[in-house]
Amino acid sequence: MTDLTRRTAAETAAAVASGEVSAVEVAQAHLDRIAEVDGQVHAFLHVDTDGALAAAKAVDEKIAAGEELSPLAGVPLAMKDVVVTKGLPTTAGSKIHEGWRPPYDATITRRIKDAGIVMLGKTNMDEFAMGSSTENSAYGPSHNPWDLGRIPGGSSGGSSAAVAAFEAPLSIGTDTGGSVRQPAAVTGIVGHKPTYGAVSRNGLIAFSSSLDQAGPFGRTVLDAALLHEVIAGHDPADSTSIRGPVAPVVAAAREGARGDLTGVRIGVVRELGGEGYQPGVLASFEAAVETLRGLGADIREVSCPHFGYALAAYYLIAPSEASSNLARFDGVRYGLRVGDDGVNSLEDVMSLTREAGFGAEVKRRIMIGTYALSSGYYEAYYGQAQKVRTLISRDFAAAFEQVDVLVSPSSPFVAFGIGERIDDPMAMYINDLCTLPASLAGTPAISVPSGLSEGLPVGLQIMAPALADERCYRVGAAFEAAVEPLVVPRLVGVTR
Amino acid sequence: MPDATEPAADATGAAGPSGRISRDDVAHLARLARLAVTDEELDVFAGQLDVILGAVARVGEVAAADIPPTTHAVAMTNVFRPDEVRPSLPRDEVLAEAPAVEDHKFRVPRILMDEA
Amino acid sequence: MTLAYDDVVTRYEPVIGLETHVELGTVSKMFCGCSTEFGAEPNTHTCPVCLGLPGALPVVNEVAIESTIRIGLALNCSIAPWSRFARKNYFYPDMPKNYQISQYDEPICVDGYLDVDVEGTTYRVGIERVHMEEDTGKNTHVGGATGRIHGAEYSLVDFNRAGIPLIEIVTKPVPGTGALAPDVAKAYVTELRNILRTLGVSDVRMEQGSLRCDVNTSLNAPGATEWGTRTETKNVNSLRSVERAVRSEMIRQAAVLDAGERVFQETRHFNESTGDTRPGRSKEEATDYRYFPEPDLVPVAPDAAWIERLRTGLPELPAARRVRLRDSLGVSAEDMQQMTNAGVVDLVAATVEAGAAVGEARNWWLGYLVQEANSREIEAAELPIAPEQVARLVVLVADGTLSVALARQVVDGVLQTGADVDAVIAERGLQRVSDTAALEKAADEAIAANPDVADKVRGGKVPAVGALVGAVMKATRGQADAAAVRAILLDRLGVSE
Repeated sequence: MTDLTRRTAAETAAAVASGEVSAVEVAQAHLDRIAEVDGQVHAFLHVDTDGALAAAKAVDEKIAAGEELSPLAGVPLAMKDVVVTKGLPTTAGSKIHEGWRPPYDATITRRIKDAGIVMLGKTNMDEFAMGSSTENSAYGPSHNPWDLGRIPGGSSGGSSAAVAAFEAPLSIGTDTGGSVRQPAAVTGIVGHKPTYGAVSRNGLIAFSSSLDQAGPFGRTVLDAALLHEVIAGHDPADSTSIRGPVAPVVAAAREGARGDLTGVRIGVVRELGGEGYQPGVLASFEAAVETLRGLGADIREVSCPHFGYALAAYYLIAPSEASSNLARFDGVRYGLRVGDDGVNSLEDVMSLTREAGFGAEVKRRIMIGTYALSSGYYEAYYGQAQKVRTLISRDFAAAFEQVDVLVSPSSPFVAFGIGERIDDPMAMYINDLCTLPASLAGTPAISVPSGLSEGLPVGLQIMAPALADERCYRVGAAFEAAVEPLVVPRLVGVTR
Repeated sequence: MPDATEPAADATGAAGPSGRISRDDVAHLARLARLAVTDEELDVFAGQLDVILGAVARVGEVAAADIPPTTHAVAMTNVFRPDEVRPSLPRDEVLAEAPAVEDHKFRVPRILMDEA
Repeated sequence: MTLAYDDVVTRYEPVIGLETHVELGTVSKMFCGCSTEFGAEPNTHTCPVCLGLPGALPVVNEVAIESTIRIGLALNCSIAPWSRFARKNYFYPDMPKNYQISQYDEPICVDGYLDVDVEGTTYRVGIERVHMEEDTGKNTHVGGATGRIHGAEYSLVDFNRAGIPLIEIVTKPVPGTGALAPDVAKAYVTELRNILRTLGVSDVRMEQGSLRCDVNTSLNAPGATEWGTRTETKNVNSLRSVERAVRSEMIRQAAVLDAGERVFQETRHFNESTGDTRPGRSKEEATDYRYFPEPDLVPVAPDAAWIERLRTGLPELPAARRVRLRDSLGVSAEDMQQMTNAGVVDLVAATVEAGAAVGEARNWWLGYLVQEANSREIEAAELPIAPEQVARLVVLVADGTLSVALARQVVDGVLQTGADVDAVIAERGLQRVSDTAALEKAADEAIAANPDVADKVRGGKVPAVGALVGAVMKATRGQADAAAVRAILLDRLGVSE
């Protein structure tokens, strides 16, 4: 029997459905793998051994009873700790929330459970999803399986590391400014940010409500598509959830895998490249464009002049909304409470609690947001940033009149060393340069591995118009079929 | 939304290196945001916030008065739920995570401020 | 030194304004499915949304929107074709998210008015806006002398009320009311309450907090070109308090101005027991609510057809109803205004509907029943007696079954026991004795018991019969008609007048 953890989700689902292996065996193999490597990777904050085995057993019982299975039944998954899971610790990577066991499930948690997907546990992340490296986690950073001294990206770095290290074939991330795509890129896996509103936000601990969107991680485009179809779809509990059919991303991934992009118009965004990008990243990107051309795609250069303002707009909008979203962490109803000595006032206790419970990056962003929303500054900061969103959306609209998808590097950099950028917020923020425009416009974008630079993975970002997520998957799958699979991460070689 | 003024027109008059944010401003923001920041943090944050706010002020360069703001990428209106009662949480679950409970209510330290 | 009110109004011109919060009578909360039922066990009507648990999202209650639009239409407002929710950010323990979902610069209803009549003059109160928001939880303060926030050792929070739909109705400043400012304020709230009750959108019970008023008051100094500084008085929890709060704040501000001092723009609290206002404790810093559009909700954009459907479905509003009733009942404008201000128009109309004569129905409600309500410090409509019962009383008095005095005893019985009129009469034996045979029997007994008196009467001293009448009345416990008794006695004694 080959190592069950090396299989794709699609292969595992087929093997479980056919009875070749049991879901319990699959779950146990991944729990063993976690036990073996997670001491080095630190992808997980909480491993739910009992829950995972129980969920797997339920799938096996369904198979024994001859019941119909959903396409990913019996496949293990790692859940980002920002997603609420009933009865399981949900911390969002923060001390202020340590040990919180929610009394309800997020909509996507419910859908994942209902699909017979086996949730292995909760993954590490930058505190409240603020960061690009997981170094802002209150529980210590996760490590990139390609080089344990480097970051696995962020904020969904635990989820990307888990999949890259074969601890799970699938995981859930959330992407506010690039927190699925950048970690996927730097760990050599596939990660997709759906159209805003395609996946319910109900039960996602909010960072920036108008930007947050959960998305799938997998080691193949098809795996990500299969998970996408499980979590997407209208949810009456989320007012911003899109009514209408789920984009046919699985069919698109299968179509793309045939390797023919004849007639597909692909735009290279002039503003996402050049100065400030690592040469190895640019070289990989140029090679990727040539590969796409070789698949029959019609490659054009397009200009999106306002993308250069995306960083500024994002670092106003996201902190502003965060400053409000994180106000509820006050030590009244749940979580940490500090300084309640019978003498301190409530106001003091709230301030001491928040001071002790939040890390530096969270405090920074809360204060930036508080400033940007303040009377007298609102129009100049938050108001202007919302107008920049309009300009960026118009850039996308104009570009998509000429081409079907846009491409760029997923990140200007490969994985950097842990500790390298942590003291310089702006140096950290520019990790998101490529991913921010699609976040602000609410449009879908995928990152697929496009090779290595100095032994570290590089990602290709494919962006599509809103509601056309399937284009990302189709082009991504075609590209994936045309390039050499990445070598197995070094961690695996070390530990085997 | 609130009145517009130039971001550089700092209300306190005190200026950090780029003139946008001072130590006092940080103290004010920390109070508004209920963060009991330390003296050392005031210094660090003042410098960092000054740099960040200097960088993000670029948004003022492009957006003209005739550009409408975007609040949601996918525009929708009129999303409602019917007026129907759904089960509430069991009270023991409501109070299970509370730092302090008395008489089935959340207990909090004495409140200084009047209600808004 | 306390100034006389009459003195104040000869020297200063008051300007009033009112902000009224109304809890809507939806069955579920504004943004979640928790029940809005009043008086439930603490924290039993809560869920992830109204507790502000991480990850939970609001979804707008459609009936709350419709109710708000209907209120706006009833107040002659324009309904915004596009409006939005905003977050009002401030920390307070009764507010689970530490922001309140409210409306800021894009409210759903704007620019209306409400006409109120006071002492024969119509005052048009401009409506600035009607907007939607969510209510907060409720704090109980423990320890300290007063049970108030000040001096308390700690507080307890119940979130059952958090998230109940709340409508805020804000008037424009109302100048030109002079000495009647307190009356106009009260009349406005009274009429607003009538409208809300007619619309069926709220139970508008001030004592339960489902209708709450903040009263803004300022005084213009003589010859001043600018309006004076206003104060906002909170905690005004009855109609009577609306009037008292304006009056007391006018007197207080006049004293401040007379002393050559400034009135501070501040929030004050009304004290029901003293009738005074006291300053709220000021905030450590100027409030900055950092409003921004609520990203978890999408705009409300009612189309014309929806608004028209709601407009067509409005019930007859109190003002129109009063005109119609005035005509159909045939009462004077003065009577109608008196009945309006006493809150008994609908009660009188219903009593007439149930078979009573207009004059009698009016007299009962404006007289004995309003006095009863006042002595209990409740509204006439809250008395545990139905218009049908009052109509029955009127009929029984008219046909001689009850005297007016007996009828009042019956009312007392109904109010005490909640039983219906006939049951009270039967149980307490209050029916007027009109049975001739019974009266003749009582007369004969009185004559037999008082032979001397009987002889006197027989002898021509007719006025002496009064003693015998008294004896019969006593025997029948006042339930007989004295004139009829007298006639029977004289007949029995063979005397004619």
